Amino acid sequence: MTDFLLELRCEEIPARMQAGARADLERLFREQMSAAGVDHGAITVWSTPRRLALVVADMPERTEAVSEEAKGPPEGAPDQAIDGFCKKNGVTRDQLEVRDVKGRATYFAVKNIPGRDVKDVLADAIPAIVRAFPWPKSMRWGAASISTESLRWVRPLSGIVAILGEQLVECEVGGVVSGYATLGHRFHHSGEITIGGADDYVEKLRACHVVVDHAERQDLVRSQAKDAASAAGLVLVEDEGLVIENAGLTEWPAPLLGRFDESFLDVPPEVIQLTARTNQKYFVCNDADGNLANAFVCTANIAADDPAVIVDGNRKVLAARLSDARFFWEVDQKTALAEHAKKLERITFHEKLGTVADKVRRVAKLADWLVFDAKAPNGDHKLARRAAELCKADLVTEMVGEFPELQGLMGGYYARAEGLPDEVADAIRDHYKPAGLNDEVPTAPTTVAVALADRLDNLLSFFKIGILPTGSKDPFALRRAALGYLRLVQENGLELSLDTVVHAWEGRPHAALAEKISEFLLDRLSVQLKDQGVRHDYIAASREWKGRTDFRVDRVEARARSLAAFLTGEDGANLLAGYKRAANILKKEGYEGTDRIASTGEEDPLENVDDPAMREIYAQRGKSASYDREPSEQALVDALDRAEPAANAAIAAEDFGAAMAALATLRAPIDAFFDDVTVNDPDPAKRSARLALLAQFVAAVHKVADFSRIEG
Amino acid sequence: MILALHDFWSAKGCLILQPYDMRMGAGTFHPATTLRALGPEPWNAAFVQPCRRPTDGRYGENPNRLQHYYQYQVILKPSPPEIQDWYLDSLRVIGIDPLKHDIRFVEDDWESPTLGAWGLGWEVWCDGMEVTQFTYFQQMGGFDCKPVAGELTYGLERLAMYIQGVDNVYDLAFNQQGVSYGDVFLENERQMSTWNFEVADTDALFDLFRKASAECKLCLEKGLPIPAYEQAIEASHVFNLLQARGVISVQERASYMAQVRDLARGSCEAYMAKYSDQWAEAYPEWAA
Repeated sequence: MTDFLLELRCEEIPARMQAGARADLERLFREQMSAAGVDHGAITVWSTPRRLALVVADMPERTEAVSEEAKGPPEGAPDQAIDGFCKKNGVTRDQLEVRDVKGRATYFAVKNIPGRDVKDVLADAIPAIVRAFPWPKSMRWGAASISTESLRWVRPLSGIVAILGEQLVECEVGGVVSGYATLGHRFHHSGEITIGGADDYVEKLRACHVVVDHAERQDLVRSQAKDAASAAGLVLVEDEGLVIENAGLTEWPAPLLGRFDESFLDVPPEVIQLTARTNQKYFVCNDADGNLANAFVCTANIAADDPAVIVDGNRKVLAARLSDARFFWEVDQKTALAEHAKKLERITFHEKLGTVADKVRRVAKLADWLVFDAKAPNGDHKLARRAAELCKADLVTEMVGEFPELQGLMGGYYARAEGLPDEVADAIRDHYKPAGLNDEVPTAPTTVAVALADRLDNLLSFFKIGILPTGSKDPFALRRAALGYLRLVQENGLELSLDTVVHAWEGRPHAALAEKISEFLLDRLSVQLKDQGVRHDYIAASREWKGRTDFRVDRVEARARSLAAFLTGEDGANLLAGYKRAANILKKEGYEGTDRIASTGEEDPLENVDDPAMREIYAQRGKSASYDREPSEQALVDALDRAEPAANAAIAAEDFGAAMAALATLRAPIDAFFDDVTVNDPDPAKRSARLALLAQFVAAVHKVADFSRIEG
Repeated sequence: MILALHDFWSAKGCLILQPYDMRMGAGTFHPATTLRALGPEPWNAAFVQPCRRPTDGRYGENPNRLQHYYQYQVILKPSPPEIQDWYLDSLRVIGIDPLKHDIRFVEDDWESPTLGAWGLGWEVWCDGMEVTQFTYFQQMGGFDCKPVAGELTYGLERLAMYIQGVDNVYDLAFNQQGVSYGDVFLENERQMSTWNFEVADTDALFDLFRKASAECKLCLEKGLPIPAYEQAIEASHVFNLLQARGVISVQERASYMAQVRDLARGSCEAYMAKYSDQWAEAYPEWAA
C-alpha cells in the first residue's frame, strides 16, 4: 500500500472553473480505477490557478488476477456463431473449452486476466483522464494545433507529475511527459522543484510560495481581508463569491487594504460595490455606522516588500472606474426619466410585441386598472400609473448600460433625485422584486401594482403570441414571472380574478387567454406548494368554482390548502374513502346525476326549475319517503340536511376550513350508512331513493371541492 | 518603451512592422494579424497600431479612457510554449518588476463578432489594471486556426502611466523636455469626441458604409482578398461612428454587425481560397 500523487500543471485556469475541475478530476480517477479493479483509499483534490492536484491514499502495487469466463454456443453450432463468439471474447478457437451444460457440450471462453502493476494502470489512466476532461471551454495551442485533432485543454497543458509511492508513473499526453519536477510560484521561485511523492508535495510547494490547498487559500483570503478592514477600524462587507474567486486567482494570496477618494461616495453605494466587485474583484468595507466607507480590499498574488506600491496601483484603477461611474451618474441625471423613457420607443421588446415603450404603455394601463378598478392593491392609481410609465426608463441610462444588474435600482435613484414622490421612486426601484426565491416581496401598494402589471403583461403578451416555456427552455423567464405573480398575490392577500385582468389588459373578454394564464399559474402554484404538502391533485380538485374555472388563484390556493389540511386528518381520509365508495356505486349503477333520476319514474320536471321557492318545496318533499327509512339512512339524510347549509354558508364566505368542518360531520353517518344499509335493494323505490341520497352526498362534497380529482 | 519592445520581440524572431494606415478599433484588425492568423505558415510579427473607438471618447475628461490610443501587438504563430515567460520578460524590459507589482492572468475570452473570430486567454493585470490582452486564437473569419496563434496586445498608454507613476494619461511625459501626452492629444480628444458624438454627418456615414460594403463585394468578385479586407475594416469603423452618433437602433445594430462580419468573413474566405492549394502542398499535415 502506498500513496499516489498526480499534478496536472497548465497556464492559468479560470477561477470559476476550478471547483468543477476538482470534482471532475476525482470522478474520472475513480472511474478509471474502478474499471481497472484498483481498490484505493481516500482521495484528496486541490487546485490553484496553475495546477490541479490529486492525492490518493492506500494504493495497491498490483491489481488482483481475475478469471472471467463466458458461455458460448453449443458444440456443432454454425462456424459463424463460434467465430463471432471468439472474436467478441478475444480468444482463438483452440483456446475454447468444452463443458457439459445440462447434457449439452458447450463452448466456454476462459480469460485469465493477470494482475497488473498499478503503475501501468495509472500510466494508461492519466492520458485517458486528460483526454476525457470535460472543461466548460477548451482550446488548442502550439505547433500541434495545425491539426484540429490535437489535445484540447482549458489552457495549454504544461506539465505532469505522477508519483506512486516514490516511483515515477511514466506517461505522455499531447507531448507532455510525466516527471518528478514541478514549478513553484510564478515570481517568487524560479526553476524547477523536484517532488519526492505525495508526502512532501504540499510542503515543498509551500516552501516555494504556493499554497496548493484551495480551502486553505480561501481561509487566508477570508480572514486576512477581514483583519485588514478591522485594522483600519472598518468592517469588511463579506462576500463568499469574492473569497473563492480571489483564492482561485492566486497561489500566495495577500489581501491588502486601500483607500479611494472620499468624493466618490456621492455615487450610490451599490454602484461603488458593484464596480469594485465585478470589474476589480475587490471587497468593500463599511464604517462603524454601517455606511459604505472609502476603502477597498484587493488580493495580491505576491508577498511584496512594499505592498504600498501595489495598493496605490489598484487605487488608481478603481479611481478610473469610479470616475466612469460618476460620469454616468452625472450624465444620466441631466435628463429627466420621462425623457429617457422616450428612447424606449427605439428598443424592441420582442419582434412580435413591439417596443419597450409599447410594453410600458400596457403596463401603465394595467397598473392603473389594478388599483382603480380591482382595488388590488388598494392605493392611489395615479401614482401607480406614473411609476409604471417610468419603470423601464433607466434601461436606456448610461449606468444601466454599463451595469445591467442595476436596473430598477438606478431608476429609483434618478426618480428621487428629480423630486418624484417616494412612492413612485420606490416602485421603480422595487418593481422587479421578488427576483429570486428568497427575495423579499414588495408590500407598498404602488410598487405591488407595477410589479404585478409588469409580470402579467409579460405572461399575457407571450401567451397571446403562442410563446410558452417548454421543458428546460424558458427564454423570457415566464416561469419566474408566474412565481413572482403568485408571491405578490399571496403575501399581499390580494383577490384578483384573472378573467377580469385579461379583460382589462385586452380591452375585451378573452376566455381562451384567461384559461391559458390561469392554467399556467396553477401549474406553477402546484410546483410552489408541493414542498408544503399541498399536492397537485388538491389544486386540480379546487380549480372549479360554481361549475366554472375559478380565475381567482388565491381562492384555488386557499381551498387546496384547506383540502390538504382536511385530508391529512382522520375525518378527511375517511370521508374521502366514503366519497369514493359512493361515487363508485353511482358509477356502477350508471347513475350520472339528475338526468337519470327521471328514469326511475319519480321525476318531476318542476324539480329542475331554478326558483328558490320551488327548491324549498322539493327539499321538504325529500325529507319524507315512500317507505320507512332505516336508522342509518335517516341519520345520513339528517346529517346532510345540517351539513349542506353549513357548508354552503361557509363557501359563500370563502371560509374553506369551516366548509371542510361541515363535511367532516358526514363522515360517521356515511360510514354507518355503508355498514348498515343495502343500496341495491330489490325494491326499486328504495334502491332509487338510496342512490339519490348518495348522489346528494356526492354533490354536497363537490360543492367544497371536486373529490373525484383526488388521487389515491 | 516601444523601442524596448521592438528590440525584445525582434530578438525573439518577430518581424517589426509599421502601423496600418487605416482607422480601426483594435490592432487585431491589422491584416498582419487577421489574415496572417489563417493558414499553416509560421508568422511572427510585432507592431504598433493606433486604435480608434469613438464610443470610448470622454472629451478628455476621463483619466484613462480615450477614443484614440495606441496598442502594441505581437502575433506568434504557432503559439510557442514559452509565450507566457517571454511576455513576462517583455514586461521586465520595460521596467515592470513582477516582484514589486502584482501581475495576474485573469480569465478573459476574446470574441470579435465583427471578425467572426474568438479565442481563449486572459487579460493581464498589473496591480489591478488591465495592461495586456493575451489570446490564443481559435477561430478567425469563421475558420479554425490551424495552427493556433498567440496574440499579445499591450495597452501602451496604460503601461506608460504605470511606469511613470501618473494617475492621468494626459500627465504622461512624452519626452524629457516637458511635453506631456495632454499637450499632444488632449485637444484632439476633445474635438474628436465632439465630432464622434455630436457632429459627424450621419447621412454621409451611412453612405460611406454602403460604399465600403459594395467595394468589398466588388473586390471579392475580382478575387482580391486584401483590398476586400480593407473595405471591411472601413465599414467596421464607420459602423462604430454611427453607433457613437446613436443613430443605430438595437434591432439595426445586430443587422449592421452581421453585415460587417459577412464582409470580414468573405475576405478571410477569399484569402483562404487563394492560398489553400499552395499551403496544402507545403504542409501535408494541414487541411483547410
